Amino acid sequence: MPDIADRPYDDAPVSTSKDQDAAVRIATAEAVEDRGDSFAGWAVTINRPSAELYAWWRDFSNLASVMENVEAIDVLDDKRSHWTVKAPGGTHVEWDAIVTEEREGELIAWASAEGADVANSGRVTFRDAGARGTVVTATILYDPPAGVIGKLVAKLFQREPNIQVRRDLARFKQLMETGEVATNAMNPKQREEQAA
Amino acid sequence: MKALTWHGKHDVRIDNVDDPEIVNPRDAIIKVTATAICGSDLHLYDGYIPTMQSGDILGHEFMGEVVETGSGSTLKKGQKVVVPFTIACGSCYHCGKHQYSGCENGNPADNQDIARELYGHPMAALFGYSHMTGGYAGGQAEYVRVPFSDTGPIVIPDGVEDEKVLFLSDILPTGWMAAENAEIEPGDTVAVWGCGPVGLFAVQSAFLMGAERVIAIDHFPHRLELARKFGAETINYEQTATYDALMQMTGGIGPDAVIDSVGLEAHGLFVDNAIDQIKASTFLGTDRIHAIRQAIIACRKGGRVSMPAVYGGFVDKFPLGAVMQKGLTLKTGQTHVQHYLPGLLDAIMEGKIDTTFLISHRMPLEQAPEGYRMFHDQQNEVTKIVLKPGQ
Repeated sequence: MPDIADRPYDDAPVSTSKDQDAAVRIATAEAVEDRGDSFAGWAVTINRPSAELYAWWRDFSNLASVMENVEAIDVLDDKRSHWTVKAPGGTHVEWDAIVTEEREGELIAWASAEGADVANSGRVTFRDAGARGTVVTATILYDPPAGVIGKLVAKLFQREPNIQVRRDLARFKQLMETGEVATNAMNPKQREEQAA
Repeated sequence: MKALTWHGKHDVRIDNVDDPEIVNPRDAIIKVTATAICGSDLHLYDGYIPTMQSGDILGHEFMGEVVETGSGSTLKKGQKVVVPFTIACGSCYHCGKHQYSGCENGNPADNQDIARELYGHPMAALFGYSHMTGGYAGGQAEYVRVPFSDTGPIVIPDGVEDEKVLFLSDILPTGWMAAENAEIEPGDTVAVWGCGPVGLFAVQSAFLMGAERVIAIDHFPHRLELARKFGAETINYEQTATYDALMQMTGGIGPDAVIDSVGLEAHGLFVDNAIDQIKASTFLGTDRIHAIRQAIIACRKGGRVSMPAVYGGFVDKFPLGAVMQKGLTLKTGQTHVQHYLPGLLDAIMEGKIDTTFLISHRMPLEQAPEGYRMFHDQQNEVTKIVLKPGQ
């Protein structure tokens, strides 16, 4: 995301800002839809071409296989998908995500539609990194709701929001680089139990 | 199947557990024919390593016969293989650079957070060594599920005895890499702290790499005797002032390279909340730090410090000033086992390296709990225990 006058002499990604208000102001002015005031962000380098990674990600039905808490992603049409995400206590939260911008091989941005249990927006960028592959950077803006759902969301995002993004990107990297998602399960039954 | 499982401090048992099966395409199942107890296993035994769970199967030095393969495995049923203790994918940036112990893809994503907090980066996965390094079941068992079996295990030619090649799994490449990290030049004098398996293999490796003299330092007479068999001069630090001795033995210059293999028994990985416990037990106390401190102080100006000894947390009174003022180079790291396997297997087959001298005890897997007790209590006599499942 671009650096602007709000943060002179600082090229750091906006989601790493210590000034949350400024970060949200910059992000929503330049890059993502305004859907909240909390950031999560991480980047991972994947030893595969950007076109391949983009194509896999753009088929949103793939994402549930690397996203720990995502129960299902139903692709409704080219721009719209319905997300069902696990929450503690056997409950779940849902929203529709709409693609707001896409550039083949480079960028996918989305925002939740009205009526989302957890409003969110963000973008994933794919930047060619030469011999090292592709740098995939996820930036997510979300609106932690109050009350019971808020607690569920807090749990969902672990101790701090970056952890969940980091884990999901780590699994994406594993699958793309090795063809499988690492597991310490001794047999398929144990793997299913761990996923439950 | 039967497996050696951890249940707490000084509590390891033989349990009946489910057989492993193929889970991912690149997996293979290995029927274990020989497996060893590593010095680092004693620190699991002593309860120093956090993120252990009751029932975890231990063991990271093992070999055996391929009995099942996934669709992505390149192994064939019936092949005899030695399995590296580090689990590496072969596909990521680090594996591409042969920095296999930096592999990013073997450790399941939800086990990566602890090392991320402590070290800034997640660790590669290891067999049988706590959940921080992946939580994979280890090799002190009848069968093991081996991920990335197309990358890690090395196929052993028919007819080669297990004991000749078993230590390719960890301690031989670890000793070799220690010597390599010492960047030995012809005519060098190399000092090695600790004559456990890694130290003894480092002595052998240092000579093969052209060292003129190797000085080995320990206090167990039997281990010093083994070092001397490989041509090392020895110092028993219990009866000798080590620094003064090294200075006189090197004409006042100091060793050109120093190797700290004292902490080698700790592939130890400690989170900050365990530091107090560790300190209280003196595991990270002065004695243990003493070796690396002494090595740095003795090393000649412009010399090299190689540290296969594993440190997990934070140390006090590390002589950073000596490192800077004397212009020392420090090299260390978990072993990139996969990188060294082909060359070291050749060296064994050609008779340049012998590893069998190390084995002091052999026993069936069922006696492993007794093996742990012996290894823990009798470090002079017990240099290496090899367990043989199914015998």
